[in-house]
Amino acid sequence: MTSLFEYAPAPESRSIVDVRPSYGLFVDGEFTDGTGSTMKTVNPATEEVLSEVTVGSSEDVDRAVRAARRAFTRVWGPMRPADRGKYLFRIARLLQERAREFAVLESLDNGKPIRESRDFDVPQAAAHFFHHAGWADKLDHAGLGPAPRPLGVAGQVIPWNFPMLMLAWKIAPALATGNTVVLKPAETTPLTALLFAEVCQQADLPPGVVNIVTGAGETGRSLVAHPDVDKVAFTGSTEVGREIARSVAGTQKRLTLELGGKAANIVFDDAPIDQAVEGIVRGIFFNQGHVCCAGSRLLVQESVHDELLASLQRRIGTLRIGDPLDKNTDIGAINSAEQLVRIRELSEIGEAEGARRWQPECTLPDRGWWFPPTVFTDVSAAHRIARDEVFGPVLSVLTFRTPDEAVAKANNTTYGLSAGVWTEKGSRILSITDRLRAGVVWANTFNEFDPTSPFGGYKQSGYGREGGRQGLAAYLQGDDR
Amino acid sequence: MSDRLAVRKTYKLYLGGAFPRSESGRTYEVTDARGHFLANAARASRKDARDAVVAARGAFAKWSGATAYNRGQVLYRVAEVMEGRAAQFAEEVAAGEGLSAGKARAAVDAAIDRWVWYAGWTDKLAGVLGSSNPVAGPYFGFSVPEPTGVVAVLAPQRSSLLGLVSVVAPVLAAGNTAVVVSSLARPLPAITLGEVLATSDVPGGVANLLTGDAAELGPWLAEHADVDGIDLAGAPTPLAMELERSAAGTIKRVLRAPAEEPDWTADPGLSRMRPFLETKSVWHPMGV
Repeated sequence: MTSLFEYAPAPESRSIVDVRPSYGLFVDGEFTDGTGSTMKTVNPATEEVLSEVTVGSSEDVDRAVRAARRAFTRVWGPMRPADRGKYLFRIARLLQERAREFAVLESLDNGKPIRESRDFDVPQAAAHFFHHAGWADKLDHAGLGPAPRPLGVAGQVIPWNFPMLMLAWKIAPALATGNTVVLKPAETTPLTALLFAEVCQQADLPPGVVNIVTGAGETGRSLVAHPDVDKVAFTGSTEVGREIARSVAGTQKRLTLELGGKAANIVFDDAPIDQAVEGIVRGIFFNQGHVCCAGSRLLVQESVHDELLASLQRRIGTLRIGDPLDKNTDIGAINSAEQLVRIRELSEIGEAEGARRWQPECTLPDRGWWFPPTVFTDVSAAHRIARDEVFGPVLSVLTFRTPDEAVAKANNTTYGLSAGVWTEKGSRILSITDRLRAGVVWANTFNEFDPTSPFGGYKQSGYGREGGRQGLAAYLQGDDR
Repeated sequence: MSDRLAVRKTYKLYLGGAFPRSESGRTYEVTDARGHFLANAARASRKDARDAVVAARGAFAKWSGATAYNRGQVLYRVAEVMEGRAAQFAEEVAAGEGLSAGKARAAVDAAIDRWVWYAGWTDKLAGVLGSSNPVAGPYFGFSVPEPTGVVAVLAPQRSSLLGLVSVVAPVLAAGNTAVVVSSLARPLPAITLGEVLATSDVPGGVANLLTGDAAELGPWLAEHADVDGIDLAGAPTPLAMELERSAAGTIKRVLRAPAEEPDWTADPGLSRMRPFLETKSVWHPMGV
């Protein structure tokens, strides 16, 4: 079938990015060789090897932590707060200047559409540095008492879904509050973090303030367990979050966790259907559904179920899947073969448990890892696809009759990261919002983010906040904490 | 002194607004600081702890949903009722902790004042910890603090009343409900506090006070799937690490304990409320 709208290919040029054949680690202001092995990072849209990167060993981690400690004690800690802020402003500006380069590299390494990396990930990352830059010399107003103190060295482990943005969410507040960092990017998406290391050099950031150690799970474990790390910040799966919380138990390390989710997106019968459909699509298909706060459970009031579903399926039929670098692409590649296997498995379980799968007709590229946008109906609350985080473009549709039932179903999960409410009635928005046990609630919108808006979970979606004044508490100790 | 024979109190648990014995039928002997018999206290069991969690969960919606003004008045009422019973508390504290009458009374006064202090916090948390978020787009955004849920509190082992109030009041002021394990050796003020709570408009189940051994009950509470947070104040050091590890299984919020029991007369700031408060950020588009 030919698509409803025919577009000529409009690929973004990748010539702006110079990917090196191999990368070392960024420790103490310089790229250095690691002592361990190497791994390949792959373009998930083509399976082409992009580069070879270092798997940081425990020795490498130790070297990075020592560099961070030195920088904390000698340079970054004693520095005038206003000057720390100026470095962060520089970084924000450099990210804006090199935005296109970062966006292309992010789409190459991650598989996300260039429209998203260009218009969301990279601008948000720059905004995060800009916001936190201003905090550096205003920490007396953070609400933690006068002259709150940094914690020291932060060990930070981030996921592959928003590599550059998660880096910004971690590094910007840590640096603004006077800490130094060792950051481990995700195994499958190390490249923008390594490009960020170049930005640190261009900004003349003192050596050791930011250290980037690439690697996989073992590297992350070494970092989290390092005795000279004062603060651990992790974004990723709840399973790994539990392991990290166990490993810091009994230490003085402070911990924040931003983990999985299974967000309900609740549509009442008086909702503006067309806007709700756009919000549902953005909620679950943004970034191929590789979003911890994705609106993966659609709760529709029974009376509008059929109308909404028809409209939703029509809209999904217009989504364009394919080359992430094509500016018309809506849905890019699944980040890894491993993740694709998980999405397929959970979808098959969905069918086996009795839910009905719907996918639009679409042709997927021959190479690379792809999964079409998928909607499950006839889903019950007990089904795995209604309980487990799929972390892919898979929507489960459930129904409800009363507001109480909607709230009960929405809260019937071990997670509590986000939720959505669609209704034209203001008092209902406020009442439902109040009763949802989730850290972010989007009313008549979905998947909006801002550095001034604290983000983080309830229940097993983690603890601690990122962004805003509330987010600073994760990196400071004051009289009041 | 009259020659009237005193009517002694039976110390039971305070659970779901009632005063049951331990379902296990177990009691243990409580002595004063010199080793003289004071009373037989109930030794709460694992099942009592689980019942207490059920009671606390059941009470959460109403307590967290009450207006901040209402919660503040209820907690202030606790102080009022405690004030009337100050002599009884002072006697129990003096006996259990081996303090002079004057020092025991000072501890009781500080405990009463702590309720007053926290009662005044209920309607200030949102203003102090919340925010209006100036996002870069046509959206109205705000963040509010909300209670974490059901919090298990292992009360301090030494300070049997001031320490106890210092860990329970902040959990309740923040809007949580609590399952509290008292000091093992000095449990009596906890049950008398239960009598105060029961007569102070604190809804049943909001605070559940179990007497017994934190080392026995702590592990069940730390791994309980319906407990959202745990305060390790009264957990001895090796146990505290084990409990924190166990709490990780359900991503509980953990308030760690310092190696030494702190001076409970110090100003606590927000340090005992923050760990059991979540932040909810809300977005809505602006337009016509």
